[in-house]
Amino acid sequence: MSDLPQVPEAEPGNWTLSIRRFIERRIPLAHLLPSRQPYWVGSWVYVFGAVAIAALVMVIATGVVLVFFGPQWWHVSDAGHFVNAMHFWSVQVFFVFMVLHLWGQYFAAGWRDGRAPTWAVGVVIFAVSVVATFTGYIAQQNFDAQWIAINAKDAMNAVGVGAFFNVLNFGQMYGLHVMFFPILVVTLVAVHVVLVRVKGVVKPLEAPEAEPPTEQEPQP
Amino acid sequence: MTSPADAQDRYYAGVPMVPFDLVKELVVALVGVGLLVVILAAAFSAPDVPAVTIASWAHADPVDFVTTATAELQGTSGTAQYGPPYNTTPDAAQAVGPIVPQEWAGVSTPIDTAQDFVLHPLALAATGNASLTAALSVYNSAGVTQQQAWLDAYTTALGSATADNGAVVVASGDYGPVPVLMANLLGVARTGGLDALLLQNGRFYQTDLTLPLLFLGDGNYLATLAADQHLSGDQWGVMNETGNYPGQTWLWLYSIWYQVPPFNSAPNADLVIVGIVITLTVLLALVPFIPVLRDIPRWIPVHRLIWRKYYRGDP
Repeated sequence: MSDLPQVPEAEPGNWTLSIRRFIERRIPLAHLLPSRQPYWVGSWVYVFGAVAIAALVMVIATGVVLVFFGPQWWHVSDAGHFVNAMHFWSVQVFFVFMVLHLWGQYFAAGWRDGRAPTWAVGVVIFAVSVVATFTGYIAQQNFDAQWIAINAKDAMNAVGVGAFFNVLNFGQMYGLHVMFFPILVVTLVAVHVVLVRVKGVVKPLEAPEAEPPTEQEPQP
Repeated sequence: MTSPADAQDRYYAGVPMVPFDLVKELVVALVGVGLLVVILAAAFSAPDVPAVTIASWAHADPVDFVTTATAELQGTSGTAQYGPPYNTTPDAAQAVGPIVPQEWAGVSTPIDTAQDFVLHPLALAATGNASLTAALSVYNSAGVTQQQAWLDAYTTALGSATADNGAVVVASGDYGPVPVLMANLLGVARTGGLDALLLQNGRFYQTDLTLPLLFLGDGNYLATLAADQHLSGDQWGVMNETGNYPGQTWLWLYSIWYQVPPFNSAPNADLVIVGIVITLTVLLALVPFIPVLRDIPRWIPVHRLIWRKYYRGDP
């Protein structure tokens, strides 16, 4: 028996109430911020995702400092170079733990029991993060940026996106890197985390109650 | 009436639940990662090799600079023969059968290499320079056949050119006004003037580096520096960094195809490889629905390490 708060009845035509009701029925606060978990959650594999999120927070925090002082600052200031180094290593840590999280969830078959969308969003986060980081590499304003941009243009042009995504245009790449991609990655991570919390962590493989992977839960 | 939230409670029915503090875990992770990143940054710093300028190129390798500029003027450089989005060179775009995505958006960034890289900057620099003004006039009023004859002869001579005190020296021959044009372009480049002239477009603020980057990319100087830093395409370059730093190592699945036949010599390698990587990424997202791929975790018992407590029957 659930002790969840009473979900308000719908008032026809009230969009706000409809959205509130939609959210409350799917992700009550007790599920969004759980204080109890199944006993098998005490595994290091569950830490990988949390560390990836922590690294993303560091990526954003150091990125905000870098963008605040402008794209030239870190080339001419020791403090700026150090903050850039933190940004650089945060990204490396982010990817290491994102990949560990991915492999951990793969070998746990974490998509079972209706969690395929969570897995798919995770893969999209990885792909978008690759492009986000790529725009960072070509917005660095140094030798690496020059060389990567000159070579990468061929792939972009070959697939027909060069007209809209010109890696040789610093202004475009810098804008995408400091605004568009951070918003996209953070939004996708938020969706991913909410999906995880909506469903809860998956049961161990071969657990007796586990449902077939593609079976959907009953609709109200 | 049941809700999706109730479904989670039903899912865990009968499962022993233990205390858990999500927020504390995230804060501890943040502090740990923060410390790790500070230590890594302090111990190893991060790469920042200064960008090559047109001026530094013209100083370091004037023969390569003039050879590249001559190819731009002659229309034989990589950019001049690139095809879309820079120009309409026939059959230059990468294709898979009749599919040519490179042509879909047309020439969105039109570039006339002779004008944009050589003649227009020289015209801007010619003010007060009588010999350059005269050379430009002779060149522009000559017929295409004559221009090509001068450029062919000069290009051949550049093959055995030497640099002498910042000037490019070639064997004497009939090159028309081309040596004067190139000597002036080299001179402007060495002062840093060409870095600015390539961005000159009548607007004050400049953030588009397409022209100078393409010009640099057409020469050999940048590629030589990159090869010294193990950054060439056949050196897994796209995922490397200058120095011994980790680069975009997550691009290994993209870079690996450039190392192996037939992709490492295919004229449409970029198009095919991007297609392969996009396909593999979509497959990864769809793993939950793909037999065999979704069954491997059941066959390889890594999950018994992940959930040791569960398989011990130890709540």
